[in-house]
Amino acid sequence: MSTKPATTSVAGYRRNDRGTQPDLLYPPYASTVKRAPSHPLVLLPASLSEVTGPVFGFDVLKANDHDLTKQHAGDPIGERIVVSGRVLDANGRPVINTLVEVWQANAAGRYPHQRDQHNAPTDPNFTGAGRTQTDSEGRYRFVTIRPGEYPWRNHYNAWRPAHIHFSLFGPAFSTRLVTQMYFPGDPLLDYDPMVTSIPDERARRRLVSVFDWETTIPEQALGYRFDIILRGRDETPMENYLPARS
Amino acid sequence: MSLQTTSSQTVGPYLHIGLTWLINADLTGPGITGDTITIEGCITDGDGKPVTDALVEIWQANAAGRYAHPEDTRNLPLEAGFRGFGRAPTDEAGMFRFTTIKPGRVPGEGGVLQAPHVNVTIFMRGMLAHLCSRIYFPDDPANAADPVLARVAADRRSTLFAQPIAGQPSALVWNVRLQGAGETVFFDV
Repeated sequence: MSTKPATTSVAGYRRNDRGTQPDLLYPPYASTVKRAPSHPLVLLPASLSEVTGPVFGFDVLKANDHDLTKQHAGDPIGERIVVSGRVLDANGRPVINTLVEVWQANAAGRYPHQRDQHNAPTDPNFTGAGRTQTDSEGRYRFVTIRPGEYPWRNHYNAWRPAHIHFSLFGPAFSTRLVTQMYFPGDPLLDYDPMVTSIPDERARRRLVSVFDWETTIPEQALGYRFDIILRGRDETPMENYLPARS
Repeated sequence: MSLQTTSSQTVGPYLHIGLTWLINADLTGPGITGDTITIEGCITDGDGKPVTDALVEIWQANAAGRYAHPEDTRNLPLEAGFRGFGRAPTDEAGMFRFTTIKPGRVPGEGGVLQAPHVNVTIFMRGMLAHLCSRIYFPDDPANAADPVLARVAADRRSTLFAQPIAGQPSALVWNVRLQGAGETVFFDV
């Protein structure tokens, strides 16, 4: 058997560690019951289709896309915060020039969305959507206001912890990730089925941002740091891990 | 060094606020060659009810079978203006619709050329991690030897094929059933 790697196979992205990802069916989050597939996912080996993915240029971004407090004529109501961090892969390498999209409720816990019927005020100076691209070291930074908690109808007296939605592409179809960032010390985290759907306790904690004195701006805004880890690449195609037969 | 990957969380019901700025339901345009097709479909849940708050993304090669990505270095033409990415929400009837071109073939497992396919990612409230699937084309002779289709149980393979719409040349329908009878095949990529 040849010891040379087959040139026709590609190195894929390692699967997520056990327990770090939520089960698709998690009945405490009621909407999963009729939406989660009942068959197991079919495992695909990596091909060019999975190790490539959409590439976006900085041309898709506008000047204030990363500053959610400067997208309207006036200042939004609420506590200004800076949310920043690094996007790394599981090998510890920065994920550079990748698109990061965020969306969140306003300070009162209300989204400007037709399906949000919560009777908290909307804010004409806050849409709650932002995007940016990571730099050459994988860093990103948003300026926004601290989102409010809000009720939902999943169970009696259900409230979502304060959160910011994040959407990332990474370098490949296999590295796509949508997640939510939470805030330290939020008493609602223990009651939230989206958080508790994650089996691994350490993985849950990593969705909670940390207060960051370094990025806190004097007289202006508290800083929170939220690092994001995307799947890392195998060093070699999987075929090479198969034991050679004599 | 190995870091643990960040957990996925649902997009929730208000995804449109953050994600519709990049809606691209028409991948065709000047200078983009290939057979123009439309692909539409309805996403339904385990009760057969349409899912009206989903978002569908597609990723595909161009007509020559080349991905607009630095890792696809094969000597095939790239076309300026064809990024290969589409994003569309479902409407009040649970329907999404893309206009695109039929992709060419790209290499797969063992160096075998894969049949033309569109890679699909689906997000919605009630889905704690996104779903991945593929759209294949009906009556394409390459389907018979496709290494991915070969991994799917024969009685479920048909869920991956778009179907022609009678009386509408170049129009295809690919419905997504999340759960239950005729459940669509989803992949761990």
